[in-house]
Amino acid sequence: MGIYTFKLPDIGEGIAEAEIAEWKIAVGDVVAEDQGIVDMLTDKAAVEIESPVGGTVKELCGEAGSMIAVGGPLVRIEVEGDGNTAVEDDGEPVETASSTAPADPETPVQIPTPAPQPAPAPAAAASQATPPATPTRQVSSGGLPRKAGEKPLASPAVRRRAQSLGIRLEYVPGSGPAGRITRQDLDAFVQGHQGAASPGAGRAAKPGVEEIRIIGLRRRIATAMQQAKQRIPHFAYVEEVDVTELEALRQHLNAQRRDDQAKLTMLPFLARALVIAVPEHPQVNARFDDEADVLHRYDALHIGIATQTPGGLVVPVMQHAEAKSLWDMAADIRRLAEAARSGKASREELTGSTLTITSLGAMGGIASTPVINAPEVGIIGVNKMVQRPMYLGGQLTPRLMMNLSSSFDHRIVDGWDAAALIQRIKGLLEHPATLFMEGEA
Amino acid sequence: MSDALSTQVLVVGGGPGGYVAAIRAGQLGLKTVLVDADQLGGTCLIRGCIPSKALIHAASKFDALQQHVGEGALGIRLPQAPEFDLGGAVHWKNGIVQKLNGGVAGLLKKARVQVVSGWARFEDGKSCIVEGDGGTTTHIQAEHTIIATGSLPVELPGLPFGGNVLSSTDALALRALPKRLVVVGAGYIGMELGMAFRKMGAEVTVVEATDRMLPSYDADLVKPVRNWCRQHGMDIRFETKAVGYADGQLTVQTAAGEEQLACDKVLVTVGRRPNTQGWGLDRLVIDMNGPFIKVDDSCQTSMRGVWAIGDVVGEPMLAHKASAQGEMVAEIIAGQRRKFDPAAIPAVCFTEPEIAGAGLSPDEAHAAGLDVVVGNFPLAANGRALTMEAGESGFVRVTARRDNHLIVGVHAVGAHVSELTGAFVQAIEMGAVLEDLAGIIQVHPTMSESFHEAALAALGHAIHA
Ligand SMILES: Cc1cc2nc3c(=O)[nH]c(=O)nc-3n(C[C@H](O)[C@H](O)[C@H](O)COP(=O)(O)OP(=O)(O)OC[C@H]3O[C@@H](n4cnc5c(N)ncnc54)[C@H](O)[C@@H]3O)c2cc1C
Repeated sequence: MGIYTFKLPDIGEGIAEAEIAEWKIAVGDVVAEDQGIVDMLTDKAAVEIESPVGGTVKELCGEAGSMIAVGGPLVRIEVEGDGNTAVEDDGEPVETASSTAPADPETPVQIPTPAPQPAPAPAAAASQATPPATPTRQVSSGGLPRKAGEKPLASPAVRRRAQSLGIRLEYVPGSGPAGRITRQDLDAFVQGHQGAASPGAGRAAKPGVEEIRIIGLRRRIATAMQQAKQRIPHFAYVEEVDVTELEALRQHLNAQRRDDQAKLTMLPFLARALVIAVPEHPQVNARFDDEADVLHRYDALHIGIATQTPGGLVVPVMQHAEAKSLWDMAADIRRLAEAARSGKASREELTGSTLTITSLGAMGGIASTPVINAPEVGIIGVNKMVQRPMYLGGQLTPRLMMNLSSSFDHRIVDGWDAAALIQRIKGLLEHPATLFMEGEA
Repeated sequence: MSDALSTQVLVVGGGPGGYVAAIRAGQLGLKTVLVDADQLGGTCLIRGCIPSKALIHAASKFDALQQHVGEGALGIRLPQAPEFDLGGAVHWKNGIVQKLNGGVAGLLKKARVQVVSGWARFEDGKSCIVEGDGGTTTHIQAEHTIIATGSLPVELPGLPFGGNVLSSTDALALRALPKRLVVVGAGYIGMELGMAFRKMGAEVTVVEATDRMLPSYDADLVKPVRNWCRQHGMDIRFETKAVGYADGQLTVQTAAGEEQLACDKVLVTVGRRPNTQGWGLDRLVIDMNGPFIKVDDSCQTSMRGVWAIGDVVGEPMLAHKASAQGEMVAEIIAGQRRKFDPAAIPAVCFTEPEIAGAGLSPDEAHAAGLDVVVGNFPLAANGRALTMEAGESGFVRVTARRDNHLIVGVHAVGAHVSELTGAFVQAIEMGAVLEDLAGIIQVHPTMSESFHEAALAALGHAIHA
């Protein structure tokens, strides 16, 4: 009998670590070769990892939520023969395990506990300590207003306090000499941003705070969204589209659809419009590597379909939309949405989009400001269809209207080009026949 | 023997970056393990800042005593010339190092940091294996790793360390004084040590490939140092390259051709390089910034949960910068929001006389597009400086923006000026303007008065000059 230490294999380009989503085995279980043992979450997808050997599980090297480095030990399995865990490689694993943990089979591994994350003092509590200061926006004689890009001036204590409150001093006016930001300036800024708490109307205040660890998919989403919003200067553009005719066509096609065909939503039509419009505006169908300053422009159109799942937002990808018929697209969208919702989408299905569309479905509102699915440079969202009175040929007529809300990476896409693309899509959707005049439109 | 540890924070490197990070992490209640292959304290404590300053002090004391031989000085006469015993000085220095080394161990213990002695090799970003003396191995698994592996002296191709070719580390451990020493490289480490050996009585020549000594300081600040060298028979050769050493002869190249310099030791101080080899950096998927590890303004590397601090992340390669980064990273790991955003990192050159400064020099301010006023105050006009024989050729210089009088830099050259840097950097960090400095009463008689006077000079009304 020997011990086989299974290390987390390389599960995708550039991924240094992955999070344990769920163990499918426990210590003491007998596993077969190729049996799925754990789901690992990477930046994009949940990947099932299979055991390369058969044997008895001796040790799990982390719990759900733990990050495991690629190449780091994942599980130790007792196998027939020598195993791979010789003294010169990993030390004596059995001894290793027992030296860190009690012999209790329930808790065979010492699992690192996360660093305590003291809840940051809420801004309110922090500023209560100091008497409410009247905002002094006026700059004293010694000071000059800060020029753009000039570093704000403040003592280390004030800078620390601003950091802990998550306030960027660039936005705080300084009233001290040379425009220095005083403690009072910061307090005034904090108070100004809190809004006056309304006095109690005879109802009990609820002081409770629930601490929720942000892990798993939600952590991915949080990081991705923060990075996208922090790094990408978003430019939003909203336009309304008259979809009366398109809706009539959609209903007509759906009424005639065969059983083996998926029901058409608005999305395949939008995808179809993109297939025609995007080659005329190639800069939007791209991925921007802003560290290398390289824009990768694609001939293919791989459309990300932002999909709400029980765990949060996921973006499966319709590969090569340019080569698909309307019905194929409808089928693809349905299949991908189902895979995403049930958590079964593969890594390939979740990576490589070049442009993303998003829809809030029937809840879709009037307008939204979608966040770009980095490193792409654009995202187009559909809002809810509503019947509205419109003037058409001098007549007030009920028309079915739907807004398109889009965001673009302003580093790459100019406002004019974004508008031109959306106008082109609007034209195609308002005259649905042109969606199908390949080579003639 | 094999052992395994799992911890929240793993610090690799026990220099002023690593041990400070570990102490702070421990104070914050994080389970912390510190690994170092050598003695605790790193370059700074064992073979850098502290030992070099100890020997500089011993050398200066010996040099000062010599003034009192014969005619005497300050009314003090020594009937007999003093003698210098380098072995004795090194022994005394080792005592200081040992004391501080024990102090660091005590502080780590108090902060409940577990110290593992041995060379760490990373397996991945979250784990490493430490091979200790006597064949022990320890596997360490961590949620956060802090890389603080520091830096090493750079070798010249034709002059590998060993034998009579010394690194700064070797120079600080010499037991016998070389008769003739050539220092290669006129940066701060070379000048500090070269001048110390000159004071001890060695004949010292400095060869420097460029046309500048102490390149991080401007000509006004460096001039008193050059004067000292001239007055004390220290030969400085610019635009001269050292290429090889054999049989007591150092071969140097100049525009005029090759030349031989006879010497019994060669000290090579041509810079330091980040220590990025031999510990498994290649196993981590980490972005680099030239030879250094790339970090953002919170010292996070491109790999989440892997941090790097100190010399290994770049200039300035100074102990206090390493410590400040270490303290910050520990606090970030404990959940505090922090950024590394000093307004200035002060620096001192312990030459004769000392050069000290924080922030921008007038030239750097101009280069940054600032319109500045400059106030200079000579130490010759400072009473305390004269009473300490520190009044020669030194000065304090304040640089401030012309429009709002914000202090952007303060520099000084002169005996003992290193102790003024606290006030300099404090003024800059607090965002002081010239009027603030002018409004502060300094003790009389102290050298601090010259800081006040330099601010007054910038405002156009120095009292004593
Ligand atoms: C002669 C000299 C004089 C100096 N004078 C000054 C001065 O006056 N003021 C100043 O601010 N700075 C000075 N410095 C620079 C200062 O010493 C460094 O900036 C400082 O020590 C950097 O700290 P650090 O923590 O980054 O690394 P270091 O102090 O270099 O510490 C790194 C430590 O990591 C250990 N280590 C590395 N890799 C491993 C591994 N894989 N496993 C285990 N252990 C490992 C090393 O043994 C070492 O102890 C001087 C340097 C020299 C050489």
